[in-house]
Amino acid sequence: MIAELGLAALWLAAALAALQMAAGFLTLRDGADGALAGLIRPAAIVQGVLVTLSFAMLVWLFAVTDLSVKLVASNSHSMKPLVFKLSGTWGNHEGSMLLWVMVMGLAGALIALVERRLPERTMNATLAAQGVVSLGFYAFLLLSSNPFERLPVPAAEGMGLNPLLQDIGLAFHPPTLYLGYVGLSVAFSFAVGALLTRQVTPDFARAMRPWVLGAWVLLTIGITAGSYWAYYELGWGGWWFWDPVENASLMPWLAATALLHSASVLASRDALRTWTIMLGVVAFSMSMVGTFLVRSGILTSVHAFAVDPERGTFILVLLGIFIGGALLLFALRANTISEGERFALASREGALVFNNVMLSAILAIVLLGTLYPLLTEAFDVRVSVGPPYFNPVGAIFTIPMLVVMAVGPLLRWRQDRIDRIGKEIALFAALVLAALILTSLLADIALLPLLGLALGVGLAVASLMPLRGRKLARTPLATWGMVTAHFGIAVALIGMASESAFTSERLAAVEEGGSTSVGPWTVVLQGVEPVAGPNWTAIQGRVSASYDGDDPVVLTPQSRNFWAPPQQTTESALVTRWNGQLYAVVGDRSPDGRWQLRLWWKPFVTLIWYGGLLIALGGVLALVGRVLSDLRHRRLAARIADRRADREALA
Amino acid sequence: MNWRLWIPLFAFAAFLGLAAYQLTQPKDEFVESRMVGESLPYFELPPAMAGVDGIGSADFADGQPRLLNIWASWCLPCIAEAPHLENLKRQGADIVGVAIRDRPEDVARFLAQHGNPYSRIGRDDLSEVQLAIGSSGVPETFVIDGQGVIRYQHIGDVRASDVPVLLAELEKAR
Amino acid sequence: MTRALAFAAALVVALPVAAQQTMPPAPFAYRQLENPAQEQAAQELMETLRCLKCQSQSIADSDAPMAGDMRHQVRTRIAAGESPDQIRDWLTKRYGDYVSYKPTVSTTTWPLFAIPLLLVLLAGAILLRRFGRRK
Repeated sequence: MIAELGLAALWLAAALAALQMAAGFLTLRDGADGALAGLIRPAAIVQGVLVTLSFAMLVWLFAVTDLSVKLVASNSHSMKPLVFKLSGTWGNHEGSMLLWVMVMGLAGALIALVERRLPERTMNATLAAQGVVSLGFYAFLLLSSNPFERLPVPAAEGMGLNPLLQDIGLAFHPPTLYLGYVGLSVAFSFAVGALLTRQVTPDFARAMRPWVLGAWVLLTIGITAGSYWAYYELGWGGWWFWDPVENASLMPWLAATALLHSASVLASRDALRTWTIMLGVVAFSMSMVGTFLVRSGILTSVHAFAVDPERGTFILVLLGIFIGGALLLFALRANTISEGERFALASREGALVFNNVMLSAILAIVLLGTLYPLLTEAFDVRVSVGPPYFNPVGAIFTIPMLVVMAVGPLLRWRQDRIDRIGKEIALFAALVLAALILTSLLADIALLPLLGLALGVGLAVASLMPLRGRKLARTPLATWGMVTAHFGIAVALIGMASESAFTSERLAAVEEGGSTSVGPWTVVLQGVEPVAGPNWTAIQGRVSASYDGDDPVVLTPQSRNFWAPPQQTTESALVTRWNGQLYAVVGDRSPDGRWQLRLWWKPFVTLIWYGGLLIALGGVLALVGRVLSDLRHRRLAARIADRRADREALA
Repeated sequence: MNWRLWIPLFAFAAFLGLAAYQLTQPKDEFVESRMVGESLPYFELPPAMAGVDGIGSADFADGQPRLLNIWASWCLPCIAEAPHLENLKRQGADIVGVAIRDRPEDVARFLAQHGNPYSRIGRDDLSEVQLAIGSSGVPETFVIDGQGVIRYQHIGDVRASDVPVLLAELEKAR
Repeated sequence: MTRALAFAAALVVALPVAAQQTMPPAPFAYRQLENPAQEQAAQELMETLRCLKCQSQSIADSDAPMAGDMRHQVRTRIAAGESPDQIRDWLTKRYGDYVSYKPTVSTTTWPLFAIPLLLVLLAGAILLRRFGRRK
């Protein structure tokens, strides 16, 4: 019953998306007083409500473990803890696809409900574009990935959820990630709408900016959460591997970051119109390409969903229509968008153009590296592209970008002189050089981490410089946002470089009561005992670790055995200090009775994720700042209009 | 400015073509050995269980082509391929087995249950021979000619349709 | 005693469910080399060799038995004096470029290097064009 309701809601939502699309395009052609014009916004809103309802039904089915539904039977288990039952809703292809279309529907509903700053024609075109893309994905869901499909005979028990996914990370990572990169569909629709109506103006950028910021913040959180989850879950302390699916989430983020900056320039200076539109299209296109790569099975990944070439073909066709269509529209219309204001090289716009170019180059490299094995396989050659390629080649563009990021915010708009900020540049250069020399003298580390550390330190100070000489209480929130986000990048950079350069590892076979050491820690294996959980049994090590002679802390790493599905996972144990993390894993027992302990001391590794959260916080501050100032402007404008009306009435 | 606007579309079209082509290709995760055509590297393996002979690379250079079967008792597809190996043995193929990471008692149990088509079985506890000849999984079957040169690699379990193919390759290696 | 029994019981439940291997891992799969410089060289090499039985991991990050055997090979060979490049060559001779993550320029991988170079030139061209004539 519930499943049928969910399915019906989904069909209705799809029908409304079709209506939204048709109405939008018809009003474009016939003008705003067409018959269907008044239906567009309501259609979008009701569609959002319906698809959310459908998703809620699916969550319900998972919560009660309704084994007559195929999806629940193949991905859930009655003995799973409730939180994993619920988050298991999106731990599979169909469920996560429904999450995808729900976010699309909600985003469309939200724009329809809230956005009043765009000219009505552009708004209609935008909603029409959102309707088209939604329709495509509804079709995909309903025709080839129905989440509500019933089994002819209800299963006796579910197949269970992959143990690696039975973790709180599954509750955070996919939802925030999807809110992020499907949220970018708004930017895509805005860009297409603007192209269709040739309305690329500062107002358009001001309207688009908060939506991009919101999606970008969520995407940042999603990627950060995913990285931390992989770090503690996979048992080897790695936090990024340039895996195709990881790249699939990074590419939209890179495009969205560039879009964010570009839209700001368009909003305040009416420049970079073509760049902004292009990036708006590219950002969501990268999201869609990512979805394709992850679900079609053409790339090997540790992250792979249920792979199916038929579904892959469906998505590819959708991609062809949407991305191809948008890029075609861009190629045909972009040169009718007149160029916009001019600016000098030494100006904030100039620095942001440089930033755009560098981010786009990094995006291109990540795309190239990810797709390259696909290309060579067409010639029957298999190659592997991984961190040894992405790190150095990405650094070629990242390093200049970081240098410009340090001084760019200090430049004035339109035209400035480099020597005006000579002192700040000198300070930054001095800091970087000092850090470089000091670190290379005191420690023997590779070039990239060295550069990362030095630039991170310099950038941390440089990002605070825009606050110099300002009354801090009167500095706009948006500026605080920028400072926080740039500072977050510096913090994350220091964390990454530190982890890469200073991690110590110890693999030891230890008998019960025996001890070993790693870095400044002395570690004693006090004992190993069996424990049991709701759907697993494990051996748990009791490890006491003492930092440099301090009071010992007790950790309990586990090696778990699940039975539905049968799989073994390691649950690492972490001790977090201000200056790093101790990472402990217990392995198997050797024939002579000793236990395998894997220990890492990772100095400052948590800075990576704190940095990520700081970046997201910066985005939130900027978003709130802009929304508040926009509300203030609107109120002011309304008051001025009122007063003018009063004056005219009196006159 | 004009023509540059078309670059993203063309780049995307190239990606579309590549992806569409790849979707039509069967996805195989096999890593093929690059040692096909090379001589077997030197190795010597102890017997995998009591009552069989171990093997060494020198045993392959006696002029007689053989099949080298990489297998293990913990490998489920090996159970499926056991009858086909018996078939190959009945049709005159000399099959040498290399048991990967297997205890003698498990080897004995498996062979008692599923039959023993091997003339000799070597014990490879550290996957050294497997790595040395470029095999990346179990089961795999190699055709080695009379001079000890690897001539053909079959990845995966031997199915009924593979039996004539392997016999033909053995003939070619003569 | 009861602890051992409970543990044994847990093991008995766990074992048949996974058709896992029963042999212990290779000696140097989970054991570091004595010499720290050698261990560092081995670790750096292992991070750039691909685990053949995994979906997308280096042998330094994988618990698969074959990855353990490969780590054993790397460590014993480094201890015996071989250079990392020699060991990498040994593996690529058997499995092709697929087993190595280290980017090498060859007939099959030259675009991976040509394209970033192109991008540098392109970036320079875009920036020059934008700012070169108007100052």
